Amino acid sequence: MADIVLDHITKRYPDGTIAADDINVEIADGEFIILVGPSGCGKSTALNMIAGLEDISEGELRIGGERMNERAPKDRDIAMVFQSYALYPHMTVRENMGFPLKMAKVDKAEINRKVEEAATILDLTQHLDRRPANMSGGQRQRVAMGRAIVRSPKAFLMDEPLSNLDAKLRVQMRTMVSKLQQRLQTTTVYVTHDQTEAMTLGDRIVVMRGGIVQQVGSPQTLYDTPANLFVAGFIGSPAMNFLPAKLEGGTFRTPLGDLALTDELRRTLEDADVQREVIVGIRPEHFEDAALVEEHQRGRGSVFTAQVEVLESMGSDKFAYFSIEGEQAMSDDLADLAADAGTADVPGGDTGTLVTRLSATSGVREGERTEVWVDTAKIRVFDPSSGKNLTSGTGAATAGETVRA
Amino acid sequence: MATTTGDPRTRVWWGIAGLLVVLYALVPVLWILSLSFKTTDTITDGNFIPRSWTLDNYAQIFSLDIFTSALVNSIGIAIISTVLAVVIGTMAAYAIARLDFPGKKVLVGVSLLIAMFPQISLVSPLFDIERAVGLFDTWPGLILPYITFALPLAIYTLSAFFREIPWELEKAAKMDGATPMQAFRSIIVPLAAPGVFTTAILVFIFCWNDFLFAISLTSTSRSQTATVAIANFTGASQFAEPTGSIAAAAVLLTIPIIIFVLLFQRRIVAGLTSGAVKG
Repeated sequence: MADIVLDHITKRYPDGTIAADDINVEIADGEFIILVGPSGCGKSTALNMIAGLEDISEGELRIGGERMNERAPKDRDIAMVFQSYALYPHMTVRENMGFPLKMAKVDKAEINRKVEEAATILDLTQHLDRRPANMSGGQRQRVAMGRAIVRSPKAFLMDEPLSNLDAKLRVQMRTMVSKLQQRLQTTTVYVTHDQTEAMTLGDRIVVMRGGIVQQVGSPQTLYDTPANLFVAGFIGSPAMNFLPAKLEGGTFRTPLGDLALTDELRRTLEDADVQREVIVGIRPEHFEDAALVEEHQRGRGSVFTAQVEVLESMGSDKFAYFSIEGEQAMSDDLADLAADAGTADVPGGDTGTLVTRLSATSGVREGERTEVWVDTAKIRVFDPSSGKNLTSGTGAATAGETVRA
Repeated sequence: MATTTGDPRTRVWWGIAGLLVVLYALVPVLWILSLSFKTTDTITDGNFIPRSWTLDNYAQIFSLDIFTSALVNSIGIAIISTVLAVVIGTMAAYAIARLDFPGKKVLVGVSLLIAMFPQISLVSPLFDIERAVGLFDTWPGLILPYITFALPLAIYTLSAFFREIPWELEKAAKMDGATPMQAFRSIIVPLAAPGVFTTAILVFIFCWNDFLFAISLTSTSRSQTATVAIANFTGASQFAEPTGSIAAAAVLLTIPIIIFVLLFQRRIVAGLTSGAVKG
């Protein structure tokens, strides 16, 4: 076991493209860290550089305090789980899992003992003599895990290990991965493009975009105080709503109507010396059916009236969708997010939609005009040009977290 | 084929077509087989089934020293050429499939050029060269040109197989602590085995059946191969045609190839790589 330090690491290809730009992250011993971002954000490149499958152009990689830049993958003592599992098809499960030990010249009895042990943990004991071709996706995935854990490496690297599984299995395997990591207490770097996986698995999350680290922090920190529009929009499902707003005195002029600022928010914004044009971000759960909000709470927020366009009842909650008239929040970060989600291509995607999560007891109906309450204390304000969160000082503490805009 | 199992009429047609192809290919072989069992007097009677059976032809060719030594030469030269061509071809094909190096296209182009070159045009230069360097009428004198002409075929077949093997398997092997050579030996080569055996069979057949180089570059039983020996058969007397002996020798020559193919056919299992990646 060891800590992993990425000390200002850059990956530059011969043609000049920069896949990873000045990544600076310290991963503690035993930590479960997630690299997340849309495709092409450099997360896999970063992982491959840790693995040694790609050269590091600049900066230093240290595992357990030792410089690794020039070491071959086999001398780094780290194991990797691939998206495609990369099982050796001509070997049985036992041979697959024993392969790293065989390469390390461990004697046969010891290999057998360790393979059996790993197979017990992963519930593969009865499959040890089968070949990968005759196994299901979930089983293959577990064999890949087994091959990684069997030699107790300093660290695990996982490259989207669950993305080839169907949705239900993915959730089960997610729990398994989490339990496994807790049990083994081995430093783990996990790459995914799925923010749900990132939120549920990681001790800390590194959000990347275009080769640049956007923010590093615990799932809750990223959710509560995103460093910028990109992180705000990427983390959370359904995503945060973004609205263009004009700051006038104590209120935001938004397409939803005027939203009154809380005192705390006003003070923060005054300190930050904000321009008048901003983007406000409101998470779906910070809306509520006004009829269900008690009188003393109402004062803390604002109420607007709009027509419910689509209502999805999830049982535990109701998701109400409203369409927003007028202009849209515009920013590079948001354009990137839309491109990643594919919503830029969806017809009617340019008319803004507001997603709200209301209580299941709400009596709202599709097509009816409804009064909706917004918890203005939870509003996040972003600079439209830089995308920076102007309210990151509010809410949860940001101490100890690296924040880069 | 799903359609052949359903409609009985299509099934009949497929059967007839198949039978025709098999007949077309097999009749000459059966004819040779029949000739090899005929006695000298009945050999020209034109009967498909011999009226009197004999093993004299076989006994006779083995009584000739020239044929036994030629058989040894053929087997030795073909096996050595095959092994070398496959080993070199495997490494070259791997490099072509996996690495990006300057001059890769030129290399592939040149090897293709060699394959397209009419071999007859190279016989006299080769003859002169081999005489000059002392390779004429030796095993290496045949093995070298065989490897040269078999390599393009080997490289082409094998690089297609290597391209099919997922890159990630090698990365996985590297992560599991294997050196590049270990990864190649214990992961890539076993997976490319069907390709290696296919190539080996093709190269072996090419070397085994070659007549042009064998007759041009050899002169004595030191290195004459079986194909040349057959051509040099003489009858019992000056006027007797050695038809029976030639037929018997031809039958004998096909046997190693049939054994070779049957032996390795089992290793040519399609879809050996299935299960490596994805679900």
